[in-house]
Amino acid sequence: MLEKALKGGRRYWTLIGVLAALISMGLVAYLHQLSEGLTVTGLSRDVPWGFYIAQFTFMVGVAASAVMVVLPYYLHNYKAFGRLAILGEFLAIPAVIMCMLFVFVDMGQPMRVMNMMLHPSPNSLMFWDFGVLGGYLLINVVITQITFGAEKKGVPPPNWIRPVIILSIPWAVSIHTVTAFLYSGLEARSFWMTAILAPRFLASAFASGPSLLIILCLIVRKYTKFDPGKEAIQKLAEIVTYALSINIFFVLVELFTGLYSHIPEHVHHFEYLFFGLEGKSALVPWMWTSQLLAVTALVVLLIPKFRRQERILPFVCVAVVTSIWIEKGLGMVVTGFIPSPLGGLTEYWPTSPEILITLGVYGVGVLILTVLYKIATSVREELEVQ
Amino acid sequence: MYDATKIIIGLAIFLVLITFPFWFSIASEKSGYVPELKLPENQDSCVESKEYMKALHMDLLNKWRDSVVRDGNRVYVSSAGKRYQMSMTGTCLGCHEEKSEFCDRCHDYVGAEPYCWNCHVENAQEGN
Amino acid sequence: MDESKRSFLKMAGTSVLGTLSVACGSSAVGTPGQAEALPGGLSAKKWGMVIDAKKCLKEEGCSDCIEACHKTHNVPKIDNPQEEVKWIWKEKYEDVFPMQAHPYTQLGLKEKPVLVLCNHCESPPCVRVCPTQATWKRDKDGLVMMDQHRCIGCRYCIVACPYGSRSFNWSDPRRHLNTDPNPGFPTRTQGVVEKCNFCAERLAQGLKPACVEACPAGALVFGDLEDPQSEVSLVLKEEHSIRRKPNLGTGPQIYYLV
Repeated sequence: MLEKALKGGRRYWTLIGVLAALISMGLVAYLHQLSEGLTVTGLSRDVPWGFYIAQFTFMVGVAASAVMVVLPYYLHNYKAFGRLAILGEFLAIPAVIMCMLFVFVDMGQPMRVMNMMLHPSPNSLMFWDFGVLGGYLLINVVITQITFGAEKKGVPPPNWIRPVIILSIPWAVSIHTVTAFLYSGLEARSFWMTAILAPRFLASAFASGPSLLIILCLIVRKYTKFDPGKEAIQKLAEIVTYALSINIFFVLVELFTGLYSHIPEHVHHFEYLFFGLEGKSALVPWMWTSQLLAVTALVVLLIPKFRRQERILPFVCVAVVTSIWIEKGLGMVVTGFIPSPLGGLTEYWPTSPEILITLGVYGVGVLILTVLYKIATSVREELEVQ
Repeated sequence: MYDATKIIIGLAIFLVLITFPFWFSIASEKSGYVPELKLPENQDSCVESKEYMKALHMDLLNKWRDSVVRDGNRVYVSSAGKRYQMSMTGTCLGCHEEKSEFCDRCHDYVGAEPYCWNCHVENAQEGN
Repeated sequence: MDESKRSFLKMAGTSVLGTLSVACGSSAVGTPGQAEALPGGLSAKKWGMVIDAKKCLKEEGCSDCIEACHKTHNVPKIDNPQEEVKWIWKEKYEDVFPMQAHPYTQLGLKEKPVLVLCNHCESPPCVRVCPTQATWKRDKDGLVMMDQHRCIGCRYCIVACPYGSRSFNWSDPRRHLNTDPNPGFPTRTQGVVEKCNFCAERLAQGLKPACVEACPAGALVFGDLEDPQSEVSLVLKEEHSIRRKPNLGTGPQIYYLV
């Protein structure tokens, strides 16, 4: 089926060209980082994790969100998602690959990455995260290969794929739960030491992932002959609405426990985020923007007249994705380190090499996504003609 | 076979190119080159036999590394019953004082770039 | 599937399995010799240290322990405080013991510099999170060790440490060594994490930790916490001591007399 990705119009090849350029720039920047060390990033002794790990956290959510399509379609036979399911699964694959790449570019000694497999450490959540992410990638590759392969041939898929598909549902939940556990079991970091971190991660994933999928569906509808279906897109919008409202509720719930109890360890981080601490306030405008985008998006989505307007939908979805990207990426990872264990207030901002490398990794992900979507839409277009 | 001539000629060119390293070095009379190693003056034997060290010095060093770093055992009792401190800087470089006249001779020739010395100190005195 | 495809796959699978088993077998080569511990080393069931903050800084600005440690272990001197590598250093009392300091703390105590280093915790979160066991807690004496050969530089241990004890090599540390390195200890390389190792290599040779030896005021006392006659046990029996962030359950083994 890969040959479908080798035939395309001018727009397709321009996109591939742009992505290739982005990837090359990222690669050059990465080689620079390899030779000089991670000093080229904005990371520091007080803020050891930043942009790369933030992108990793966000993309795990996007990868997990495929479950929001798989569950209704395969478990509850929601037929409208029939045309959409493959697009959701084909989004999960590059999302997981990007997760792994973001962690790889963050490592100080990437050549030693095999040590994680040579010396398995079940006590470490990072070990489990790699296990479940690798497994999820495998599951999605197998599912898409088998189901889409069968669809292309015009036959029903073999029976044994159904339990694998059902397995992908709790597995999707597990990848994001394990990622949350990476953070929420650390006694050192009071900002993350909350049981609601895993539910928050899942809620924000189920709001941002399907939003991204809606945007992709609208793009696919506009630029190819394949239409995922108005009802399917509407159902996704409803899912985003529920997930977003739960996510905002969770944020408010967290703010309550911190601000009402007045425990310094809990309050300080929120103070830093929304008001600044001792003059350090780099994230304040971002956080308020994020909340404003989320609330506005929710209000629009809650009104059926607006939610059904497909012209408004792309803007609302961009607002949701941006809001959650800020909240999960900048707002969650970096804030865990401010204040530091010894009370230091070291702010963090990504440097140009860091941004170039990040864009390079996104380039790889979008390239894989483009190729997979090209295959899916080309095959579907042909099938529809028949 | 279709296009038999083209394929056979192509295969022949491929074989010539792929075996280039072999026939070129034989032809240029460099294949007999053996790196010249400066051996320590005061010692007539290494920690283990020459044959063992030639083939397996990295194995030995890996075991030394795990023994010192992970097990906390710093003394090696060789197969000949002699005791040595398991230390690259202290023991190995204690005899092979000039790394550039011993270790590097073979490593440079075969293109091996062991990165041990990024951390382990190269002056041959008491040390690791 | 084609018969020929099936038999090809069978043959390919068997050859891969065969090669793998040969490869695994051949890597289990042992050395012809044996390993032993160095004779005359210091040993303990549980190493611990007492830092007497009242005796410390007898001379204002004294940093003898810091200099001794950093010189012995080739710790680089990095100007940018955001990328410092430090094994032992001073912080203000109110930052070391945030739950002890209050608005009416004894005059001068809040800003008083107090020594901090790796606490070699009983329940170390850094060990719990390490994905390669590049850091582990030694069974025989409780020290939290580092294996620089195995560290992949993921910095999860730095994230997990509640005391800020660990440093990452953001660049090549050899560029920041002002003097010739001490050949008795390796330097580190870019991309790995490091921290105080309680001078495990000195203990193995029967020597005291460098910081303890260097202190002119006798403010640092170390020894076996499980030996009731050791100096450190006797001091702890007599004096009031506190630990850093005791509420976190890490069980630090560095005790402070403040």
